[in-house]
Amino acid sequence: MSALSLRPARHAVPGVFVALALTLVIGWLVVLLDGGQLFNQSTTVSLLHVAAGLGLVAVGQTLVILGGSLDLSVAFVISLSTLVAAEAMNGSDGAMLPAIGLALAVSAAVGLLNGVLVTKVRINAFIATLGVGLLLKGYLDNGYDGPAGESAPALVRTLGYQRVGPVPVSFVLLLAVTAAAWFALSRTRFGHHLVAVGGDPEVARLSGVRNDRVLITAHVLCSLCAGLAGVYLASRLGSGAPRVGTEGLYDLESIAAVVLGGTALAGGRGGVLGTVGGVLLLASIDAVFNQLEVDAFFKQVIRGVIIIAAVAVYARRAMRKAGS
Amino acid sequence: MRVAERRPLPLRIRTDGIAPIVALLVVLLILVAFVQPDFLAPSSLMSFLGRSAPIILLAAGQYFVIVCGEFDLSVGSLVTAQVVVAARLIDSDPSRTWPVVVLLLAGGALVGLVNGLVTTVLRVPSFITTLGMFLILVGAVYLWSDGAPKGGLSEEFRRFGRRAIEDVPLLGRIPYALLVLVVVAAVAVVLTRSDFGRTLVAVGDNPRTAELSGVRVVRTKTIAFMLSGLAAAVAAILLGGYSGVSFQAGVGLEFGAITAVVLGGVALGGGRGSVVGAMLGALTLETLFALMNFTGVSGALRSTVQGVIILLAVAVSSLRSSSSR
Repeated sequence: MSALSLRPARHAVPGVFVALALTLVIGWLVVLLDGGQLFNQSTTVSLLHVAAGLGLVAVGQTLVILGGSLDLSVAFVISLSTLVAAEAMNGSDGAMLPAIGLALAVSAAVGLLNGVLVTKVRINAFIATLGVGLLLKGYLDNGYDGPAGESAPALVRTLGYQRVGPVPVSFVLLLAVTAAAWFALSRTRFGHHLVAVGGDPEVARLSGVRNDRVLITAHVLCSLCAGLAGVYLASRLGSGAPRVGTEGLYDLESIAAVVLGGTALAGGRGGVLGTVGGVLLLASIDAVFNQLEVDAFFKQVIRGVIIIAAVAVYARRAMRKAGS
Repeated sequence: MRVAERRPLPLRIRTDGIAPIVALLVVLLILVAFVQPDFLAPSSLMSFLGRSAPIILLAAGQYFVIVCGEFDLSVGSLVTAQVVVAARLIDSDPSRTWPVVVLLLAGGALVGLVNGLVTTVLRVPSFITTLGMFLILVGAVYLWSDGAPKGGLSEEFRRFGRRAIEDVPLLGRIPYALLVLVVVAAVAVVLTRSDFGRTLVAVGDNPRTAELSGVRVVRTKTIAFMLSGLAAAVAAILLGGYSGVSFQAGVGLEFGAITAVVLGGVALGGGRGSVVGAMLGALTLETLFALMNFTGVSGALRSTVQGVIILLAVAVSSLRSSSSR
């Protein structure tokens, strides 16, 4: 089963990286003709920052989607996590680590709730996580009008702004999380089981996989990733922000990144490396458009077209494979 | 073949499906009657139904898409886009009202057509198709209006959303929105009882079987998306009239419509549920919000309650269906 689950992942990865390379080359040329520089320090840094935030969420999203589930609550988990972290820190370095722990614990609890609703109560994942998201939205809307709390200065310095050369610490964090997720998926029993559950839940169950436990774990990990993204955003913003998750469209964009990365929306096929490719692709398109000073709204139109077109290309390829 | 099996029993299946939502609605109405007896006076009840018309229409449109196994996440952004486009095109000139209304309906159908073709012919999951359409529509409408809505709606256009036939015996008043709703609801019910409606359910129940038994799945699903787009256009005309022009006009409506549909007993993934259930689901949701208003619950908590309700409704139905097995 493990060999079976790994093979498609290897197939799926290159596509998005070819697209990424093309985007970067064409983008670089176009920006150059326009009299700018795509790869100067500040654009590269901001590209990587954008990728870090979206990437953390998308890696978690990959896990649930691989398992045949979905998480629409991540945007609200992110907002909640920024608030929990920033309010618990309240500007004090001493409270930083416990506060981060608290934010992650709260996020994990939301993931646990999502997982239990999807597996034990058997609510369709779309509805379950939408419902949980609405619960959180009500809490956030009711309790907060604007930014609250203050991130610890040490957190802002390190995770928020420190860099290793042109690479922000946050992007290093994304790489670490990606490596951990990749390892979990390809080298551990949990990973093989998750892909099996996503591929065919009934077959997985009959071959002795505890489907519920595996999916709940995936949901907890997904929420943890969203919580981590929240901690990162709190470190960038310096405070908790009740609407940062939804305004960043992290729910929909993370799903788009996962799908761009070649993971099947129905589960069972794909991997986190492709997702990071998808995230970098979205961030690069953003960076190119920023350099060209393309209208923000036009950018959104193009992004919608690109997402649909990319998925259509994947679908076409899958159809051809099935036909041959 | 399944289509044929269903024919003798459509009425019974329907009433079975909507019993829980009717019960919930009645309970809510009784609660409202306790908290705010005036609410049940004919004229205020009529106004309430008129105000609820847009979300009920959207739920009906969403029903067609969901019952054949798809999603339409673009309806909220479509409503926003239509309202902003209408204001700019009409530009407060009453003579342009009707041409623009026709244009909006055509636009809604066109967006549905694109959604449907991309989903069926290009085989992009409708979740992604309509999400992409959402991004495109929001981006396009901001782009076209440079970030601030321009122009204005004519009084004639606004009539559908905010005026009523006053001094009606017994009922007090009949909002135009309610008349529109009744007509659209009748069309929707007739559609679901037609061959098309049965085909739609068959496609959602088992696309493979449907295809093998000669159903044109591509055409059926595409028409479902067009109906959703049309419903969004009508909802936009009513909403624009009622609450005016803003970029917030349609925000979140897609999730409201999906909540309503699920609440009304329609299974996500398709194949089960009725359009009447979906519309009653929307009405129940609106009644719940009215109850919250009367009891002084903060408007911000609306979404929390919406979340609890949707989870409870689906949990109850899923537990019931697994125990009956």
